[in-house]
Amino acid sequence: MNATTTNPQRYYTRILSLAIAVLLLLLGIFASIAYGAADISISQLLTAFTNFDDSTEHIIIRTMRLPRTLIASMLGASLATAGVLMQGLTQNPLAAPGILGINAGAALAVVVMVFGFGISSPSLITLVAFIGALLAAIAVYYLGSLGQGGATPLKLTIAGATLTALLSSITTGVLVLSERTLEEVRFWLAGSLAGLDFNLFLTVLPWMIVGLLTAFALSRQINVLSLGESIATGLGQQTGWIKLATASSVIILAGSAVALAGPIGFVGLVVPHLARGAMGVDYRWVLPYAAVFGADLLVWADLAARWLIKPQELPVGVMTAMLGAPFLLYLVRWQVKRG
Amino acid sequence: MTTIQNSILGNQSVTRVLLVVLLITLAVLGMSLSLGDYSVPPADIVKAVLGLPTQDPESSFVVVTLRLPRVLISWLVGVGLAVAGAILQGLTRNPLADPGILGVNAGAAFAAVTLIVLFPVVAPMYLPLAAFSGAFVVACLIYLLAGTGEKSPLRLVLVGVALAAIMGAFTTLMLTFGQISNVSIALVWLAGSIANKSWEQLWQLLPWLVVFVPLALLLARELDTLQLGDAVAKGLGSRVTWQRSKLLLVSVALAGASVAIAGTISFVGLMAPHLARSLVGSIHKNLLPVTALIGGLLVASADFLSRTLFPPTELPCGLLTAALGAPYFIYLLYQRRQR
Repeated sequence: MNATTTNPQRYYTRILSLAIAVLLLLLGIFASIAYGAADISISQLLTAFTNFDDSTEHIIIRTMRLPRTLIASMLGASLATAGVLMQGLTQNPLAAPGILGINAGAALAVVVMVFGFGISSPSLITLVAFIGALLAAIAVYYLGSLGQGGATPLKLTIAGATLTALLSSITTGVLVLSERTLEEVRFWLAGSLAGLDFNLFLTVLPWMIVGLLTAFALSRQINVLSLGESIATGLGQQTGWIKLATASSVIILAGSAVALAGPIGFVGLVVPHLARGAMGVDYRWVLPYAAVFGADLLVWADLAARWLIKPQELPVGVMTAMLGAPFLLYLVRWQVKRG
Repeated sequence: MTTIQNSILGNQSVTRVLLVVLLITLAVLGMSLSLGDYSVPPADIVKAVLGLPTQDPESSFVVVTLRLPRVLISWLVGVGLAVAGAILQGLTRNPLADPGILGVNAGAAFAAVTLIVLFPVVAPMYLPLAAFSGAFVVACLIYLLAGTGEKSPLRLVLVGVALAAIMGAFTTLMLTFGQISNVSIALVWLAGSIANKSWEQLWQLLPWLVVFVPLALLLARELDTLQLGDAVAKGLGSRVTWQRSKLLLVSVALAGASVAIAGTISFVGLMAPHLARSLVGSIHKNLLPVTALIGGLLVASADFLSRTLFPPTELPCGLLTAALGAPYFIYLLYQRRQR
C-alpha cells in the first residue's frame, strides 16, 4: 500500500482523474440547471441566485432544476458507493446493489402496497420502498450467513440472486393480475427523477450522508478485507463486524436511493469498474472517485433523459443503462487486452 | 482406480435416477392431463390420446386439443432450458450461469415486448419468430464482442450483463410508454406463461429439441474436457474455440426456442443442472440426460400448479418455477460444501 501511495506518478494520475471527474460534475450541474423545457438565459440563471425575484424563470430554477440536480448527484454518489462496497464485499465483479435484493424488495413492497391498498402518495412510496429494501437485504444477509463459514461472498451472491429472482417474479405476477397497479407504478419501476419532492429528499439526505461517511471511514478496512478473508483475519481484523458495517452502509445508501427514485440500475455496477480502472485497488481513492463519478453519470444521464425526447422525458434508469453499458463493454475489452 | 469405481457406480445409479425421474414425470403429466376445471378419468385419458372414443365426447376435446399440447410444450420447454443451462454452467465454469447470461432472455424479451407494444395486431402470429430472432441476435453480438480467447468465459459473462442491461433498458422503455393494455399483455409474456398453447406451437418447438438435445449429448465429452481449463483441453487435443462455439450454439438454440414459445421462465436453467449434479455427479454424459428430465419435470409441474392452484386465476408459470427454485437454492446454502 505504501509503495502505491509514494509512487509520485501514480499519485498525480489519481489527482488528475479525480479533478477531471469533479470538473465534469460541476459542468453537469451547471448544464442541468441551465437546460430545460423552458428557455432561461444565463443571466437569468445567475440572478436567480444573486437577486431572486418572483419571476417564473427564477422559480423554475430554484424550485425545480436545482433540487433535481442535487437529487441526481446525491443519488448517483450513493448508488456508485454502494456498488463499490458490494463488489468489495462479495469480491464479485458483477455484484451491484441490486444483487443484495434491495431493488427487488423495494419494488415488491411498493407494488404490493399499491395493489393491496390502492394508495400511491410519493412519501408513502418512499417509506414502503425503504422498508421493503431493508427487509430484503436483511433476509439476503441472513440467508447468506447460514451454514458453514458465515457470510461468504459466494453464499451472499447466491442468496441475493435467488431472492431477487423470487421477489421480482412475484412482482411481475402481481402486475399481471392488476392492470391498475401496473399503470400506477410503471414509471416508478423504471427509475425516474421526474417531479421528485425536495422535502422528501431532505428527509432521506441525512441517511445518505451517514451511509457515505460510513463507507469512507471503512475504506482502510475494506482494503484489508479485499486481500481475502483469511488474510484479513490473520492481520487481526474482526471481519464479521467489518462485513456487517459494510453491508449496513450498502443497505442505507442503495435503500434510500431506490426509495427516492425507484430502481435505477447500472450506476452501481459500472461505476465501480471505472473507478478501479482509474484508481487501482486502494479503496481510499476508489470510494471518493466512485462517488464523484456516480454523481457525474446520473446528472448527465438525467440531462440526456430530459433532452432526448423533449418535451417528454425518459426514465433516468433507462438512460443510465444506455450510457453505462457501452462503458462496461469497452472496459471488458480493454481490461482483457491488458491482462 | 477411483474414477473407474465412480463410473461403474455412476452407471447403475444414473439409470436408476433416470427411471425414477421418468416415472415421476409420467405421473405429473398424467395428473396434468386429468385434473383442472374439467376432470377426466384416467381411462379416458388413455383412450383420448390413442384416438379411441371416450365415454364423454368432451373428454377427448379437453385432453387432446386443450391439455395435451400444453403439457407437452411445458415439458419440452423445461428440457430445453435445463440442457441449455447445464451447457452454460459447464462452459463458463460458473455454477450461477443460466441462459439469462447469454442475453437470450433479454434479447427475446426486448423483441417480444416491442412487437406486442408497437404492433399488437400482428403480435400473436410473429411472437415466437421475433423472440427467437431477438435471442439469437443478442447471443451472436455477445459472442462477437467477447471473442474467443482464453478469458472468454469471464468476458462472456460481463458482456452478457452489459448487453442484457441495454436490452433491459429498451424493454423498460416499451413498458413505460406503451399503451397500458398492450403492456399488460407483454407482462404476461415476460412472466412466462404456457397458457393457451396449441399443437401449432408444439410443432414449432419440437424440431429444435429433436436436433439440438442429441447434439448436446454428443458434445458431452467435450464439455468435460473444457472443464479442465483451456490449456489442459488443448493439450488433450481439443480444438477449444471450435468446440466452445458449437456448444454455445446448441445452448442458444435450445434456450432461444424455449423462450420464444413460453416467455421468460426463470430458475429452470439454473436449478435443474444443480439438482442433477447432486444426484449423479458432474460428468456430462450422465449429467445432461438427468438434467433434461429434471428440467422437463420442473416446468411440467409448475405449469400444472399454475393452472390448478387458484382456479379460475392462472398464475404465470415463471412465478411458480421461481417459487420452487428459490427455496431450493436457500437449502443449498444450508448444506455443507464437500470440499
